[in-house]
Amino acid sequence: MSDHYYAPDHLKAFGTISEGAPELGKKFFEYYSAVFAAGALTEREKALIALAVAHTVQCPYCIDAYTTECLQKGSDLEQMTEAVHVACAIRGGASLVHGMQMKEHAAKVGM
Amino acid sequence: MTSTLSSRRAPLANPGEQLALLQASTEGRPDFQEMLRGAGWPALTPAALEIFQINLGKLCNMTCRHCHVDAGPDRSDAMMTRDTVDACLRALDQTSAHTVDVTGGAPELHPEFRYLVDEAHKRGKHVIDRCNLSVLLLPRNAGLAEWLADRDVEIVASLPHYRQRNTDAQRGDGAFEKSIAALRLLNAAGYGQGNPRRILSLMTNPAGAFLAAPQSSVENEWKAALQRDFGITFDRLLALNNMPISRFLEWLIESNNLDSYMSRLIDNFNAGAINGVMCRNTISVSWDGRLFDCDFNQMLDLDAAPSMRIETFDAAAWQQRNVVTRAHCFGCTAGAGSSCGGATA
Repeated sequence: MSDHYYAPDHLKAFGTISEGAPELGKKFFEYYSAVFAAGALTEREKALIALAVAHTVQCPYCIDAYTTECLQKGSDLEQMTEAVHVACAIRGGASLVHGMQMKEHAAKVGM
Repeated sequence: MTSTLSSRRAPLANPGEQLALLQASTEGRPDFQEMLRGAGWPALTPAALEIFQINLGKLCNMTCRHCHVDAGPDRSDAMMTRDTVDACLRALDQTSAHTVDVTGGAPELHPEFRYLVDEAHKRGKHVIDRCNLSVLLLPRNAGLAEWLADRDVEIVASLPHYRQRNTDAQRGDGAFEKSIAALRLLNAAGYGQGNPRRILSLMTNPAGAFLAAPQSSVENEWKAALQRDFGITFDRLLALNNMPISRFLEWLIESNNLDSYMSRLIDNFNAGAINGVMCRNTISVSWDGRLFDCDFNQMLDLDAAPSMRIETFDAAAWQQRNVVTRAHCFGCTAGAGSSCGGATA
């Protein structure tokens, strides 16, 4: 057992998560592959979305995996950094827009 | 900007050292021959010979970090003689190869380049010039784009990315700006506008330890971006994986990426890419007249088996050989596959 959280080898072994629930694992990984196949969005666009979401959910495995994937799909550092800023803006904006609730409540209870 | 392994007398200038490192980095993994057998190829046999690839030498005006040739401005030690060029032409006449693929170094710097192109064109061959773009801007090459256009030469131009960062990272500061200037020059000569006699292909290599982007899915994006940002047009995009040899191998070692890159190549082995690998339909001639299965084997001193020379070329014997393979060959079968003509799967 690893003596720390987030061991890099866990990503390579991710498929073994199916051992405890093979049918669910199979369904998940099939679904996962289907999600990232080219459709109305290109594989490159989906990889950039995944990279942004990876930063939002702060998953180090996903950040490594989708950094490489974005590069392999033809994105460059500037495009990937802009994607991360989109995640950052939405996270920041989501905090700030809650300020509206704060404002309303303050108005209600304040003088 | 780097310098050539040769000028630094680096141990990696020795192909034997490179092969030993590749062997060590793939220890415990299935070797390339095993993977081929598992995919139904007991041996890698030749297909009909289509492409006659001539490497004129290692002289180049650039010193790119990923260069598999170890080419550079100091490499005038390795240049094909006129006699060897003539031997290539005599051998070419013995084959039904439809394409003469001229490479280097920067082949345009070679004194026999125009002679070779002229002779191949006279023979009715489709000629490819593997061009680094910036060479077209040198004063000595003024008018070369038009000269090539007059001979229906296809330009296969190296451009890692349609944006500056990745291009300069791989090819040196300022390379992108020069590439754009040269592409404008080629467009002005009629290249890249759908004319089959003025084909402009762009060749992209990854700027790092990852696989090439799937060319079919990103070609439209490249076309739109180069048109939008610079008013440049081209005909097709070719994507090529970097081979873990020579200066790219040096970078992999220095950046501590060698083992993970080799694992990536092996893990992404694609049996569907085997049929189209370049070593099956290509003959590769080195500056000193030796024959190889491909330009990568040439740089590793892996002569065709049995070894042959261009002066005594025997077309029938060439077709009876088996391709020589080592661990670097995983570079051509990874992902969508990779060859001088781009993806193979």
